[in-house]
Amino acid sequence: MSSAVASPRDNRAPGFWGSTNGKKAVMAVTGCILFLFIIGHLLGNLQIFESAARLNAYGRLLHNLGELLWIIRGVLLLCVVLHIWATFQLWSRNREARPVGYKVKKSVASSYADRTMYWSGPIVLAFVIFHLLEFTAGTIHPESRFIPGDVYHNVVAGFSVWWVSAWYIFSLILLGMHLRHGLWSMFQSLGLNHPRHTPVLKQAALWIAILITAGYISIPVSVLAGWVR
Amino acid sequence: MKLTLTIWRQKGPDSKGKFVSYPMDNVNPEMSMLECLDVLNESLAERGEEPVAFEHDCREGICGSCGFMISGVAHGPQPATTVCQLTMRHFKDGEELVLEPWRSRAFPFVKDLVVDRRAFDRIIESGGYISVSTGNAPDGNAIPVGKEESDRAMDAAACIGCGACVAACPNGSAALFTGAKIAHLGILPQGQPERDRRAVRMVAQMHEEGFGSCTNIGECTGVCPKEIPLEVIARMNRDYLGGAWRERKNVVTTIAPVSDWDFAKK
Repeated sequence: MSSAVASPRDNRAPGFWGSTNGKKAVMAVTGCILFLFIIGHLLGNLQIFESAARLNAYGRLLHNLGELLWIIRGVLLLCVVLHIWATFQLWSRNREARPVGYKVKKSVASSYADRTMYWSGPIVLAFVIFHLLEFTAGTIHPESRFIPGDVYHNVVAGFSVWWVSAWYIFSLILLGMHLRHGLWSMFQSLGLNHPRHTPVLKQAALWIAILITAGYISIPVSVLAGWVR
Repeated sequence: MKLTLTIWRQKGPDSKGKFVSYPMDNVNPEMSMLECLDVLNESLAERGEEPVAFEHDCREGICGSCGFMISGVAHGPQPATTVCQLTMRHFKDGEELVLEPWRSRAFPFVKDLVVDRRAFDRIIESGGYISVSTGNAPDGNAIPVGKEESDRAMDAAACIGCGACVAACPNGSAALFTGAKIAHLGILPQGQPERDRRAVRMVAQMHEEGFGSCTNIGECTGVCPKEIPLEVIARMNRDYLGGAWRERKNVVTTIAPVSDWDFAKK
C-alpha cells in the first residue's frame, strides 16, 4: 500500500484563459459578438429584395466607413480567432480526458445540433473563407466576372451557379444548427441558468436559428428561382 | 428470464482487458443489477473462475459506490436510478447487456468494473467545505435560511459522487459534480465567506485532475441518478468568473493526483 496518496502543492491557479470555464466564457462572449454580426449582415443582405440600387448603396456605405470598417473587421477577426483557438484547446483536452473509449455509448439527453458543434464549426469556417473570397475579394467567382462595387450583380451572378448556392444553403443550415446550441449555451457558460427562463431561451434559440437560416437561404433560392435577377 | 451479460474483464491496470459473454438462464426479474452480478459471481466461484469485481456498499441508491455502463448508458436505461436500484424487469427477455467501467483519464482503472474515483475526493478537499468554529453546537435557527434556498441547496447536495456524469460526458468533464458541490454550499448563508475561494480552488483541482471541459449538452444530467440539474454548472461558472476576478492572489493549492493503481505514471 502506497502512502503517497496525495501531496498538496502550490500551483498557479489556471488563470482565466487557462481554465476550461474561462475559455468557455471567452467562447460565449466572442460567439455573441459574431451572432450580432450575423444579424447585421442578414439585415444588410435582405436589402437585395428592395432594389439593386439599394443594395449597391448599402455596399458603398460600408466601404465608405474607412478606418471604422477595418476596426469592425479587426474585432470580428479577433473574435473568430479566439473562438476557434479556445475550441481547439478544449477539444484536444477533451480527447485526452477519455483515452479508452466505450464499446457501446448512447446519447440520452443531447440533441443532434449539440453533438455536432465540432463539425458545424469547421465547415462554417471553410464556408466563410470561400464566401469572403467570392463576394469580398472576388478572387473566386465561377462562371462570371466579379465587378467591384456592383454587389447586386455579383450576388445574382454568383448564386446562379447551382453548386455555389447548394454549398451556401448547406453551410447556412449548419450555421443554424451551430446557433441553435450556441445561442443558449453562451448564457450557461457565463453562469446564467434559471429553471423558468432557460427553457424559454432554448425555444427562442431554436426559432432565432431557424429565422436566420431561412433569411439567408431566401437569397440563393430567389436567385435560382428567378425571382431576383 | 434469460439474459446475456457481456462484461469487461481486466485483471489490473497493466493487464490487457477483453469482453467476456456470460449467458444467464435463470434471472429473477425482481433482482437488482448488482444482485444479478452476485448470482453470476456465485456461479463463477463454483466453476473456479475469478468473480467480476464491482463496487457496492449501501445498495439503496444513496452511497454513490456502485455504477458502470449498461449498454452505453451510465447506470442503465432507467432514469434517476443507480445500478443497485435497477431491477432486471426493465430489460427484455433474451437481451444482451454490455457492462463497461467508467472510462476517464481522471478515474484510473482498477479491475473489471472498478475505477479509482479519488479525483472527486480531492476536488472536495480543495474547497467543498465551510469553516466553522468548534465548541458548543450553534442555535438551530441562528442563521435564517429561506425554504426555497434550502431546497435548492439540498437538491444540489443530493449528488452522491458516483461519477456517472463524467462517464456519460463525451468530454469526460466533471462539471456537474463540481457544480453540484459548489452550488450546494454557495447557495447557503454559511457558504458565503468562502464562496469565491471555493469556486476558484475546486475548478483548479478539477483542471489538475485532467477532466475535460463542459459543452453544455446535458448528457450528465440525463444519466444522473439524483437528477442534478445543469443549473449547478451555470452556478459554478458564475462563482468561478466572479471569484477569479476578485481573488487577490492567484496562487492556489492543488493536490497532485496520485493513484496507487496508476502504475503507468510511476
